[in-house]
Amino acid sequence: MAELPQAARGFGVTFFTMFKKVVTEQYPEDRDKYPPKPRFHGRHQLNRWADGLEKCIGCELCAWACPADAIFVEGASNSEEERFSPGERYGRVYQINYLRCIFCGLCIEACPTRALTMTNDYELADSSRASLIYEKVDLLGPMLPGMLPAPHPMVPGLTDSDYYAGKVKGSVPEQANDRPAAGGLGATS
Amino acid sequence: MTMTSNNGSDLAAVEMVSVTVDGVTIEVPRGTLAIRAAELLGVEIPRFCDHPLLDPVAACRACLIEVEGMPKPQPACAQVVSDGMHIRTQVSSPVAREAQEGVLEFLLLNHPLDCPVCDKGGECPLQNQAMSVGRPQTRFDGEKRVFDKPINVSAEILLDRERCVSCARCTRFADQIAGDPMLELLERGAKQQVGTAADQPFDSYFSGNTVQICPVGALTSAAYRFRARPFDLVSVPTTCEHCASGCSLRTDYRRDTVTRRLAWADPEVNEEWNCDKGRFAFPYLREGRITSPMIREAGELRPASWPEALDAAARGLAAAGSSTGVLVGGRSTVEDAYAYARFARVALGSDNIDFRVRESSSEEAAFLAAVIAGTPVTTTYESLEQAPIVMTVALEPEDESPIVFLRLRKAARSGRTRIVNVGAVATKGLTKVRGELLAALPGAEAQVLQMLPADIRRALGQPGAVILVGERIASVVGGPSAVAALATETGASLAWVPRRAGERGALDAGALAGLLPGGRQLVDPSARKQVAAAWGIDASELPTGVGFAGENLLAAARDGVLGALVSGGVELGDYPDHALAAAAFTGVGFLVSLEHHHSAITEQADVVFPVAVVTEKSGTFLDWEGRPRPFGQVFRDSLYESDARVLGMIATTMERRLGPSDVAGIRREHAGLGLWEGFRGQVPDRVPGFTMMGEHQFALASWRALIDAGVMQEGEPFLAATARQVGVWMSARTAASLDHPSQVRVIGPGGSIVLPVQVAEVIDKVVVLPMNSPGCSIYRDLGARVGDAVGLVTVKRHEGEGS
Repeated sequence: MAELPQAARGFGVTFFTMFKKVVTEQYPEDRDKYPPKPRFHGRHQLNRWADGLEKCIGCELCAWACPADAIFVEGASNSEEERFSPGERYGRVYQINYLRCIFCGLCIEACPTRALTMTNDYELADSSRASLIYEKVDLLGPMLPGMLPAPHPMVPGLTDSDYYAGKVKGSVPEQANDRPAAGGLGATS
Repeated sequence: MTMTSNNGSDLAAVEMVSVTVDGVTIEVPRGTLAIRAAELLGVEIPRFCDHPLLDPVAACRACLIEVEGMPKPQPACAQVVSDGMHIRTQVSSPVAREAQEGVLEFLLLNHPLDCPVCDKGGECPLQNQAMSVGRPQTRFDGEKRVFDKPINVSAEILLDRERCVSCARCTRFADQIAGDPMLELLERGAKQQVGTAADQPFDSYFSGNTVQICPVGALTSAAYRFRARPFDLVSVPTTCEHCASGCSLRTDYRRDTVTRRLAWADPEVNEEWNCDKGRFAFPYLREGRITSPMIREAGELRPASWPEALDAAARGLAAAGSSTGVLVGGRSTVEDAYAYARFARVALGSDNIDFRVRESSSEEAAFLAAVIAGTPVTTTYESLEQAPIVMTVALEPEDESPIVFLRLRKAARSGRTRIVNVGAVATKGLTKVRGELLAALPGAEAQVLQMLPADIRRALGQPGAVILVGERIASVVGGPSAVAALATETGASLAWVPRRAGERGALDAGALAGLLPGGRQLVDPSARKQVAAAWGIDASELPTGVGFAGENLLAAARDGVLGALVSGGVELGDYPDHALAAAAFTGVGFLVSLEHHHSAITEQADVVFPVAVVTEKSGTFLDWEGRPRPFGQVFRDSLYESDARVLGMIATTMERRLGPSDVAGIRREHAGLGLWEGFRGQVPDRVPGFTMMGEHQFALASWRALIDAGVMQEGEPFLAATARQVGVWMSARTAASLDHPSQVRVIGPGGSIVLPVQVAEVIDKVVVLPMNSPGCSIYRDLGARVGDAVGLVTVKRHEGEGS
């Protein structure tokens, strides 16, 4: 075969590509067709125990692990009247600044109670700086069936060690208190 | 080590021995421990139980070394070196290294791996030494021992037993240093644990020190537990503002809030200890502050701008001029007190000034001026330790100057020092210093001093003997005179131990009527000339007559003799005569108040200025020795101004020229005056008073407990819970004469109060009440002063309410 001019060979590549499968994923139209991989580092979530008590103990290790200084935590003490987590302390203020976060995941490695994990949610764009500082209310995981909003007592007869050992499977009627549910989200004054 | 001695004892001849550590030979004093000898050569042997101020116990075994001639490794912390001894540490001996690694592995068997959430993590000797001498891998794969955690050994101190390495530092501290042996090692073997008796919490005034010396995170304080980690904190060396002991502290803060205070090592003053008040009573620094100047308008206080408030204050004070009184609270720094003294004399032309917001007398003022004010440091903590005898008068060291108490206890434990207290109660504190009680009815101490037993008088004549007199001597008629006379007659050195941190400094700064800085007398021409020159005025501009002080000043304000008052750091309830003080502050024409917290006085004030607390300014306190204890500013970007700066601004607004108002400038001006060698005024010579009592009356003895209802202890409920129980102390015989009541009503001249009865070693005809504790203030509830006669009525349980 005779040598084709260089230009024709170049156009040939373009021409044949028109018949290949398209790899471009359309966003936002087709986003549900292409979910991220399960271990993708997305927005954080503060988890709860099966009975609705919070897992965060306010130890601030996530804040210490954070290389971008994106996390601010202020712990407070649980009391018998107002208990947000098993054990002595809970995270009263919890903020993640998504303008700083680099999604490295060191915080979730540092968390001793598995309170902090990452979701696959990556749609974090917003139009103001303030709205990108997520408070505890924004980060807490959803109330699943069987959960009661904190504050409420631990499952009667169980200790904090039992919680950490995974013995809590859901809330029991004795835990319900007549406190308004809004108090369960923690004051973030 | 500095060895100072003022009684010429045998410290000069120290016998030296020669010891070889890792092949290097050094000379050390006989009796040196192997671990210290190694330190001198820069060899750090791992240790947990070893503490230089506690007796050796060799409990943790971490410091094992090889000693030539001994079959097994020896603990370096308990091994006294002898001449020619050859020691081999982990540096040169595989045996020592192996032994240390093995011990550390044992210590870590049951130690939880919760370092990431442990308060000690980051400043933990166990963590550090596990890194430096421990093995990288554990061979233990069983279940670790667990305990319930935490348990309260007191309201303030929490114990996590599983972290404990049984080093016995806390138990030895409690037993040897504090003299409160309520902590003890219980059980044996793997179950060994620190604990208290079930009904006796570790309510020691010094309990916080155990948290600081715990080499692991086993002891934590309720105030600091889980609040921060060491690497979160910024540390600033400071001085404690709570009493005149003058402790060096380390103040740690985070996010503009003080998170904890630690005792800072100062061998000449507090060694490595402090009291719980100094350690835990800091929430007041932040809570309930006055945030802006306020002025009174149409009878109501309203926030005002600084220029507006300065203007109002300047106008009011200029109108009153030399008929203004100045009250300086006992919390002022030297610089602030000096600023008040100068402001009164230069800006106002007034000599009506007093720093004594407490029981005071003119006899006391004369005593302080003649004997104490502006004198150099002669009697020190070291002299207490070296003294053959220490006599305390009108002073309860454990409550009123806790570090003096610790030194007295140290002196008593050494067996050198005899301690005698002239008072009405053989308190537990006196027992802990192995002291003797020289019984004196409250108010009648002077007579006892004049008729001392011959052996005590003779002992006071020995070189190095010390008399410590407390601020409560002001309530004893003839007391100051008798103390001064006794010191002169016997040659014993005399020191005045006030309770508040600022009193000695205020005295030396001249914040007392008739007294200029440095003990100079206002009436002395050459003193006037010196001070006037330093203040940049003519000596004739200084006030000529000695002004009002003490209750005369308050009475003058009440009666309208004074047109205005300036008060700074004054608490109304601290004045013994409540009605008089209240009438003075409400009745005076114009009141300027410089405070950091709202109080009964700021409510009455015409102008209120917010001022800085100790963490927001730098300054100096003089401790009871007269030793300057300077401290720096913790929060450097604070917007609050010190008292001195506010006074400077008021003077500027009044168009009066004062000298510098910054700390450095005031220090320079004050130091420029130098020591005063001239006339100090007459030592008072009053005839002793005595207590008049009816047949069914009792003399009231009282002092302020260390942990009480003081305003600077607010906001710390855990500390408050460790306070001594409030009650009426009486002798067993008195209790028997009342038919062993559980409660009595104490009836004073101005009211009565029902309190539980506590039998104590009180002399007959005396009852003891706390001066200002929750639920019992003798001034407020009884209208009584120390030495007054009170009545007792037995109360049945069901009617025990109200007063």
